[in-house]
Amino acid sequence: MRPITDLFDKRILFVTGKGGVGKTTVALALGVAAAAAGRRTIVCEVAAQESASRIFGKAEIGFHEVELRENLSAISIDPDHSIREYLELQLPVKAMGDLLYRSKIFNYLAAATPGLAEMVTIGKIWELALDERKARRGKPYDLVIVDAPATGHGLGLMQTPKTFAEIARVGPMAHQAATINKTITNHRKAGAILIALPEEMPVNETATLEAELIDSIGIAIDRIYMNAVYPQRFSAAELERIAAAQDDAMDAQAMALAAALDQAKRAAGHAEQLERLRELARTDVAELPFLFAPELGVEELDELAGMAAE
Amino acid sequence: MTAAGAQRARGAASIETMLEGKSICICAGSGGVGKTTTSAAIAAGMAARGKRVAVLTIDPAKRLADSLGLPELGNTERRVDPALFTEAGIDPGDGELWAMMLDAKATFDEVVRKHAPDEETRERILENRIYRQISNALAGSQEYMAMEKLFEIHSEGRYDLLILDTPPSRNALDFLDAPRRLTQFIEGRSLQLFIRPTGLGMRVLGRGTSVIFSVLKRVTGMDLIEDLSEFFNAMSGMVGGFRERAKRVNELLADPASTFLVVCGPAGEPINEAVYFRRKLREAELPFGGVIVNKVHTDGAGDAGRGGPADVGSLERLLGARDLATRVAANYEDYRALAERDAANIAKLGRQMRASAVIEVPYLSEDVHDLGGLFAINAHLFGGDPGPTGT
Repeated sequence: MRPITDLFDKRILFVTGKGGVGKTTVALALGVAAAAAGRRTIVCEVAAQESASRIFGKAEIGFHEVELRENLSAISIDPDHSIREYLELQLPVKAMGDLLYRSKIFNYLAAATPGLAEMVTIGKIWELALDERKARRGKPYDLVIVDAPATGHGLGLMQTPKTFAEIARVGPMAHQAATINKTITNHRKAGAILIALPEEMPVNETATLEAELIDSIGIAIDRIYMNAVYPQRFSAAELERIAAAQDDAMDAQAMALAAALDQAKRAAGHAEQLERLRELARTDVAELPFLFAPELGVEELDELAGMAAE
Repeated sequence: MTAAGAQRARGAASIETMLEGKSICICAGSGGVGKTTTSAAIAAGMAARGKRVAVLTIDPAKRLADSLGLPELGNTERRVDPALFTEAGIDPGDGELWAMMLDAKATFDEVVRKHAPDEETRERILENRIYRQISNALAGSQEYMAMEKLFEIHSEGRYDLLILDTPPSRNALDFLDAPRRLTQFIEGRSLQLFIRPTGLGMRVLGRGTSVIFSVLKRVTGMDLIEDLSEFFNAMSGMVGGFRERAKRVNELLADPASTFLVVCGPAGEPINEAVYFRRKLREAELPFGGVIVNKVHTDGAGDAGRGGPADVGSLERLLGARDLATRVAANYEDYRALAERDAANIAKLGRQMRASAVIEVPYLSEDVHDLGGLFAINAHLFGGDPGPTGT
């Protein structure tokens, strides 16, 4: 498997996968790991979940670049603010941008134009990764990690520049869309990391998503993480002893033995799915363990970052 | 399940009660909570109770097909082989299970064909690049088309019960808002006036607007405006049809014979979302049936962890090794911690709504990908009653 620091040398990493697989958690963990490796990193939330602020105990981040710790910032990107910023940057006269932004008709058109919301969102992501930032007071970043939406919408987001360049054909947006598409499909500069869960359907969906990202968009898939894998905690011989002891056990002890057997059964199922994914996917699959923590905090994130960077 | 667990399940909420007298059931919830599997399980369970049931899903990953053992599903309903029920040890009697995977693009095309006043308009729309883009990708079109198909199948009256698995979204609420957004877009009234290049609108709207127009041209490129203009002009004859249809779909959803079920996970955030969703349904005057909490962690014996910790000394006597006993006890602590968290979250949910509206499904140790797996879920969804021929 390619060392993770190779991936951290890219400028944009999209983290995507089926809904509910832990994309946000892994994106943040990768951000923590990249920051620890000395990269000035920003994690972009696109789905407005505000998880970064919750975990790091900050106030809502919103459309601001907020520093979480050394080398690590976060931003929550929404189409409204992105459109506004885009207009400000495109139009020489600020008043003109304001006029447009406030006009009902413009907002209508913006809502009606297919892919415009995705386009300005990915435009903002691309802007964050520029050596010379366009946004006022924008700091430079070595790496932009995108906590992208789930499968279908995530694919849509990454596909938008290509589609948009084709629809608009001419004009500054078409031009910019083509530039962004070139950046995100440049395997030296950008890539995607897929997150899967050790269950039948997420494994199938991951393999399909991988194929689509590679074949129809041409984006590099740098790594797949199988997330929340139950570790095998007991050996076969130990499990035999546990099963044999069940008849004589009572109360909490009986429950503990049942829990151990249940754990082993799940771990075996997970190992099977891991093997399946490795067969189905073209990309290397790394493993992240299930964390038995009731709530995810900074401590768990640091733990996960260490493992994700292995 | 332990005797206590079964006891609790028998007294608990049941899907069958929630669906009594209902002909439409909409399963909503954010992505990754097991909505598709739950929808399929409910459909299979109701079919096993003698109903003619169809389940509709939108799913590019063909998840429902997976879970019903079907190789593929088209944009029409297909019957699940009754032999699969027999294999799973269930006699459905007169019950039938049908499944359909919705192709949003194909459905959109059907709608256009149905409403277009003439062949020329139809072709103009189907060929328009903006149309091709929205019918595939515009946020809300999948949701709208799901409702459209639901409406169509319901009007045909071939089923006792229709179950709709809503499209995957970040947020369960997107589904409710989608048809409104899409109809608004298609109506495009103010925009139509505004972008018709030589129309009356430009003159009426005046100079301020022409500034906006020229700036827009600059930002988006002229062709896009022309395509939009062409699209709205072509669609203008169909707007009435769309609006009328959307109104009837809304009436159908608000009918007392329809019900919304919310599917969520047991962690804090999904639970809060379920509470929020119920409130939104109430505000929209849509019928709420209940909440299904999926993948609930138990203490390993099928019960939510309410007992005390295990005693390492006793475990050592049972297992004959201190080290193993310690690890077994530690594993049990992990299980208990998650079970306690889930139990607390579900109790919180229970305080927000009547107990008969909350169904818990434990985090099963086996993956569900066939009818047998769906019936294993049903043991929980149907309040411990496995069905007419179960043991």
